[in-house]
Amino acid sequence: MSSHASLLPERTPRSAFGKLLECEAKYAWRVPIGLIFGAAVPMLVLVILGTVPGVNKPVKAFGGLTYFSIYFPILIALALAVISLISLPLHLANYREQGILRRMSTTPVPPAWMLAAQVIINLVLAAVALGILVVAGTAGFGLGAPKAPGGFTLALVLSIAAMFAIGLWVSAIARSTGWASIIGQLLFYPLLFFAGLWLPRQRMAPVLRDISDWTPLGASVRSLQSSMLGAFPSAQSLLVLAAWAVVFGVLAMRFFRWE
Amino acid sequence: MVGGGPVKPASRATGSELAGEADVAIEVTHLRKTYGTTVAVDDVSFSVREGEIFGILGPNGAGKTTTVECVIGLRTADAGAVRVMGLDPHVDREELHAIVGVQLQASALPARLKVGEILDLFHSFYQQAADLGELMDSLGLAEKRNDYYRVLSGGLKQRLSIALALIGNPKVAVLDEMTTGLDPQARRDTWHLIEGVRDRDVTIILVTHYMDEAERLCDRVALLDQGRIVAIDTPEGLADQAGVDKRVRFVPSKTFDDRLLTDLPGVRTMEHEGEHVIVTGSGELANVVILTLAAAGVTATDLHLDSANLEDAFVQLTGRHLHDEIGRIHR
Repeated sequence: MSSHASLLPERTPRSAFGKLLECEAKYAWRVPIGLIFGAAVPMLVLVILGTVPGVNKPVKAFGGLTYFSIYFPILIALALAVISLISLPLHLANYREQGILRRMSTTPVPPAWMLAAQVIINLVLAAVALGILVVAGTAGFGLGAPKAPGGFTLALVLSIAAMFAIGLWVSAIARSTGWASIIGQLLFYPLLFFAGLWLPRQRMAPVLRDISDWTPLGASVRSLQSSMLGAFPSAQSLLVLAAWAVVFGVLAMRFFRWE
Repeated sequence: MVGGGPVKPASRATGSELAGEADVAIEVTHLRKTYGTTVAVDDVSFSVREGEIFGILGPNGAGKTTTVECVIGLRTADAGAVRVMGLDPHVDREELHAIVGVQLQASALPARLKVGEILDLFHSFYQQAADLGELMDSLGLAEKRNDYYRVLSGGLKQRLSIALALIGNPKVAVLDEMTTGLDPQARRDTWHLIEGVRDRDVTIILVTHYMDEAERLCDRVALLDQGRIVAIDTPEGLADQAGVDKRVRFVPSKTFDDRLLTDLPGVRTMEHEGEHVIVTGSGELANVVILTLAAAGVTATDLHLDSANLEDAFVQLTGRHLHDEIGRIHR
């Protein structure tokens, strides 16, 4: 079904978006899947890391940064993957499965508002999850500030944009919560593999690392790690992230289905 | 339509005839919709005048829901045209949804939102929304405003759904199986509410399988069977078309000559059953009988009237029963 992707409808009162956001925020608070998993999964990895000896010792090769500081981008990738590939699609797929989106489609609310509200809610979730990681990392693992803060910020913003676009695409097309979780997990594990969650990128075979460079979380970890070490991220990594964001953002808008 | 009681249009012979007047609110012409090889709706045409309550009646799978889903733009028809207040449901989506309130069968609301929050949310979608307090009171939702949607009974969910259909002060309301799942009292309350809405000149399409609901509320009814319109007329007109007799039963205040009534045009049979007299026939039977008796100085007491029966009309016109529906009504 065709659908207007307008964010600025002529007739619908603008205040309605505030109400929509308020209701979605209440819902996210009352059904805190995203909050729990988005924060808990990276925290669990953090605790496991804490048992590894020497993880918070400064390393000469990293310019005095700890091993943890180099691993930190992988935790960011993990948090983003959980929020964008699990929390975000499950919620909208549930709305679709229940017929809530169908009901919404008969109101003057544009579909883009539903997606926009979800993006904002999940951005807040991501901020909370990253905040927890930063505080815990700094307090317990000697997490240092990135040596190229500008590059780090840019890489982070593009990583979030790329992962959210993919998550929105999954939410746009998944017919049911079952499908959302199947598609989400089919993406979740490979993307995190290439992010270096199990095998750090530095130890990957050259072929794998080349593939990783073109995946969203591989490019994300690569650009975040180089920012931690003081080098501005490579143009390739940033463009790869931007491309994922644009392509999947457009696909999400184009193929959004109400039922 | 001007106030002062529903206007009864003349009986129509065919279903596809259009009102053809200036104040047409909804116009559906040659609508066709297939799902794979199944033809859900086949060459359906009708038009609904402004302020009219138009019923769509038929058994399960007759194409009722598909028809109204095309009207509100939820589905794209394979052929035919739909205009609602001059708008094309697909081209003028936003304008359409601003003036059309709907109540859908297959829909739900967020489980972990409260009734008051949902009403407040939908209220914010419309520029000229209805008075929230009044709406909640008339549907008995005020005391449930702090309940989560997930704990509501089926009847309350249904009432909330009706409230949301009317919350935007719509020009057109499309209500699909509005009173399914409601207890008898709630059904009557809802009918009363709909009659109040009609008095505000709202055009209503009512999809129903309840004969009594269609008879009570609808100005005209389209009988739908196997994706096609069988007949469109007033409930009384449909019964007349089908040649279904009306039945008047009463106790006369004194005895009278049978021929007084049997000679009347429109009266088919007359019989005595104890002290009761039962007259069957067609047309304005009750009025004619009462007036004739009154002129002869006889009062009809304990009067019972079996008015136009759409159930019988449906059977007559299609040769089929509404089996499933009957089962559900009496459950």
